[in-house]
Amino acid sequence: MTPTMPSRALITASAAALSLTLAACGSSGRTAGGAGADGTLAWALTQGSEATFRASATQWNKDQPGSKITYQFFQNDPYKQKLRTAVGAGNGPVLFENWGGGGLKSYVDAGKVADLTADLDASPAWKNRIFPSVLQSATFGGKVYGVPVNGVQPVVLYYNKDLLQKAGAQPPKTWDDLLALVKKLKARGIAPISMGGASKWPDLMWLEYLVDRVGGPDTFADIAAGKKGAWSAPAVLEATRMIKQLVDEGGFAKGFTSVSADTGQAEAQLYTGKAAMLLQGSWGYGSINTGSPKFVSEGRLGWAGFPSVAGGKGDPSDMVGNPANFFSLSAQASAKEKKTAVSYLKDGVYNDAYVDSLLKNGDVPPVKDLDAKIKASANADWSSYVYNLTRDAKNFQLSWDQALSPELGDTLLTHLDQLFLGQLSPEQFCVQMDKAAAK
Amino acid sequence: MSTAKTPAATRQGGPPFVMALPALLLFALFALVPMAIVVYLSFTQWDGLGSPAWAGTDNWREALTSPVTRHALWLTVKLMVLSWVVQTPLSLLLGVFVAGRQRYRALLAVFYFVPLLISTAAIAVIFKNLLDPNFGLGAALNLPLLNQNWLGDPQLAFYAVVFVIAWQFVPFHTLLYQAGARQIPASLYEAASIDGAGRLAQFWHITLPQLRYTVVTSSTLMVVGSLTYFDLVFVLTGGGPGYATRILPLDMYITGFQSNEMGLASAISVVLVVAGLLLSLALLRFSGFNRMRSQQAGM
Repeated sequence: MTPTMPSRALITASAAALSLTLAACGSSGRTAGGAGADGTLAWALTQGSEATFRASATQWNKDQPGSKITYQFFQNDPYKQKLRTAVGAGNGPVLFENWGGGGLKSYVDAGKVADLTADLDASPAWKNRIFPSVLQSATFGGKVYGVPVNGVQPVVLYYNKDLLQKAGAQPPKTWDDLLALVKKLKARGIAPISMGGASKWPDLMWLEYLVDRVGGPDTFADIAAGKKGAWSAPAVLEATRMIKQLVDEGGFAKGFTSVSADTGQAEAQLYTGKAAMLLQGSWGYGSINTGSPKFVSEGRLGWAGFPSVAGGKGDPSDMVGNPANFFSLSAQASAKEKKTAVSYLKDGVYNDAYVDSLLKNGDVPPVKDLDAKIKASANADWSSYVYNLTRDAKNFQLSWDQALSPELGDTLLTHLDQLFLGQLSPEQFCVQMDKAAAK
Repeated sequence: MSTAKTPAATRQGGPPFVMALPALLLFALFALVPMAIVVYLSFTQWDGLGSPAWAGTDNWREALTSPVTRHALWLTVKLMVLSWVVQTPLSLLLGVFVAGRQRYRALLAVFYFVPLLISTAAIAVIFKNLLDPNFGLGAALNLPLLNQNWLGDPQLAFYAVVFVIAWQFVPFHTLLYQAGARQIPASLYEAASIDGAGRLAQFWHITLPQLRYTVVTSSTLMVVGSLTYFDLVFVLTGGGPGYATRILPLDMYITGFQSNEMGLASAISVVLVVAGLLLSLALLRFSGFNRMRSQQAGM
């Protein structure tokens, strides 16, 4: 019996190890609805514009019984992985929601996305109603691979009017104002800025804005183009030093590194009066409005653009954020599915009812000539602020983690997290990012 | 005639090999074949969308030299050792305690076993909220000692993870020890008390040696299991802050499904499988699991 023991042991051990390992990594998924769904399938996200999508599909299917649209909704983070797995395996939907930028480009490069340029050119009314700066995020090599379907998402500085008043201060116009305000608020025992640092991407908004304010849009254009040493540009170094100073001076609320941005806790700190300011995308307005409708209706929520930096090259009107979410068409769609999808994107999206539904949610679509509609909407103050901001911005920078390749975007977020934690110095950050970009 | 029985079957005298076939086929289909594909993928570059392109040993060089992966490996080892050190004494003592037949012990056992009923994701979400510095337990009860930045401080986060893992798994191992302790014949204790052995002496000289194999079983599960902790850490910290809790399975997942470097992720997962195999083998070898015999011969 002894001679057979090692091999038996080997098999038992392999079985144990493998089954456990497999259990850990087995989570790829396929939907049952992939192939057999009724109508032209569209995949979209649960948060944000779900209500608008649902209503528009119901209306569309009533009006066009011959060419139905069927939606399936997914949560944000699992969605990215699910889409990639499904499209990679040839089981993707006909229409899929995405963020444009580098993420969409990887699908385009793999030949998975249909070119919409010809369809848009055939219908100038459709093409011309969309803000060109927004369409840019889904345009690669002069070809359009996606059209926006919901509202613009610029990043703005929210503040609690009560707390600023208590400190006897105005919302900061310049970076020096901001630093002075931090001192003032701290002296009164008020946490200056709340942030969902555990999610990492809110950190990025500070870097994006500061690099733009200090060095102008060219700095990131060099980074996006993969120029050697672009991460060590003086503007990046300066911006990371400013971040370090803000962190060291206690600008961010205690424990910001464990606050998750997905649970609305950073917003809660603002409207419960625990922190005075929050830098967040326009969706933050919705979270605050849901969390504390009274706080918004009583006019205690304020908002402003990101402060300017003395001597910086960037225009103070420059915005960062997500221009919008897009719908892209699968290259594998049949001719009939394609026809349905294109006519839905043209006539089903951004029609009157659709725009009204978006505005009702405080979502401002990047569509021209909406001023009258916005004035009449429920959140008129906020919506027209966002609308004008986006329309007048000299540059609307797509969030870097979306603009860069997913690989570099992930490294960037982790390194930036370490910068905020004080584990990396500004110099180390620049060197490490250059190294990662050179790979 | 000699073909009727395979030599192995004759020698072992066990059931024929055919009976193991269905299980082996499933094992091959769902474990060996994917494993072979992963080994192949580890030599390619693939973002999950196009088709894999041959990359030679690039991924392996990256996986074996990258400070991130090396740090992840170190964290995994640290997690394994710490988990064992924290969980084994706790569950051993608890298990022996609840093995007693008294009513109050049975009642307490019910409370101890509650974590077994909660799914991992739920546990992670609960603790994420409890440990929150602004709205968590410490802030609610106004306890400065509890009100730390548990999951946001790179020094603390790792130990917070070790604690939550222990909270989740101690009940299971307690159950093993309870069953083990109840198997110990009462006559041993009677004999010992006649000889004048106190409670402590009884624990050291009877309970502990009698539980030897339970310790081996429980330790094997802990050690091999700690290689695959994923869901809890993923929901609790997502590997952060920085790289503070990015253990190897998490590193594999983030590399594969967030950075979309399937080739590199495959190389990491092969490292994980090999480490798991070696550990299981070593445990089998040195713990005497193979030679397990009844300890109650002659009772």
